[in-house]
Amino acid sequence: MGYLPSVLIPKPRGALSDVLFEAMRTSTPSWDDVLDTEPDHDDDAQIALWALYELHYRGFEDVDDDLEWQPELLQVRRALEQPFEARLRDRFDVPDVTSPFADAFFDYVAGHDGRSLAAFVQRDADADQVRELLSVRTIYHLKESDPSAWLVPRLAVAPQAALMELQYDEYGAGDPNRLHAHLFARGLEACGLRSEYGAYIDDVPSEVLEQNNAMSLFGLHRRLRGAALGHLAAFEATSSLPSRRMTQGLDRLGFPAEMIGYYDEHVEADAVHEQLAVRVVCGTLLDAEPTLVDDVFFGAFTCLDLEDRFAGAMLEAWAA
Amino acid sequence: MSVPEFDHADVVLCPGGPMLLRGEHVVEDRDGVSHRTTRPVSAVCRCGKSGSQPWCDGTHKVIPRRDL
Repeated sequence: MGYLPSVLIPKPRGALSDVLFEAMRTSTPSWDDVLDTEPDHDDDAQIALWALYELHYRGFEDVDDDLEWQPELLQVRRALEQPFEARLRDRFDVPDVTSPFADAFFDYVAGHDGRSLAAFVQRDADADQVRELLSVRTIYHLKESDPSAWLVPRLAVAPQAALMELQYDEYGAGDPNRLHAHLFARGLEACGLRSEYGAYIDDVPSEVLEQNNAMSLFGLHRRLRGAALGHLAAFEATSSLPSRRMTQGLDRLGFPAEMIGYYDEHVEADAVHEQLAVRVVCGTLLDAEPTLVDDVFFGAFTCLDLEDRFAGAMLEAWAA
Repeated sequence: MSVPEFDHADVVLCPGGPMLLRGEHVVEDRDGVSHRTTRPVSAVCRCGKSGSQPWCDGTHKVIPRRDL
């Protein structure tokens, strides 16, 4: 095992991921075959992009760490990112912002009333459905703040300080036991679920890959810093109340205290973080760079829209 | 361009929302019970409806808006 618990590269989901993952694993890769292969459907493109991004986070046990900056892989990544970003932008309509930014932002989030998995867990879900939800949520929760951490060196002084103030709490304020992703790992272990990052990647629907890839796309491109911080703010602004519903559902079904504690922590933490993310992080970003306002809303919309699509896919699969 | 000095408050009143407290404090709730802050920034409920008194839990967003 390496310095971080890592997993094997995922199962391929189509033509591109098949040749790509094979090339990433082998010591004598044929990059030309990879570059000549198109994804044959969206799930194939999303799993390929997820695996390419993962080289910049924790990597894979069966892939050489040196491939992180392999030019052909960066070329494939770019070819996948461009249509992905274009599709996300196509779904978004720039809002007309007239009131002060923070009011407009909170109203925008409140006006996007998507389907809620937390409400389903609170009242109706059975234990197997909740275990399934927790396992697919690992792709997000076990690296919760990492995509936002890429932003730090890319900001002006005031938003940089503001983002670090928020992230310091996310990363446990110096105490590894309080690091949010670690709290979730402890909760998973208490539930008898696997806690290493990516353990459930072969089970997740395409909507989860899209959510995760959007965060990496925004985080890894300095050009998209406004979208990254808008995404962060929208996420924080839709977390406290759903986290409360999750604690009630988990309690109803007799889940372990460690997992309830994870969501309980987010009730209070994210009531702070939503104020910091909207007013201080995005507020100071837009003071410094007012032209980023549309991208802040683009990131927020993408966060809300992709969560709605994910919730829809899960509820539909459960016929709920 | 001069290097700016920024305004940075220890206590922030969020319009319609909680009061943010930076740093360590002990907050006495309405029943006289003391609560020590546990995080770098804490949000104190101002709408009175939070289920996690004295801390904010976001409930202000789902009740009729008041001039806080």
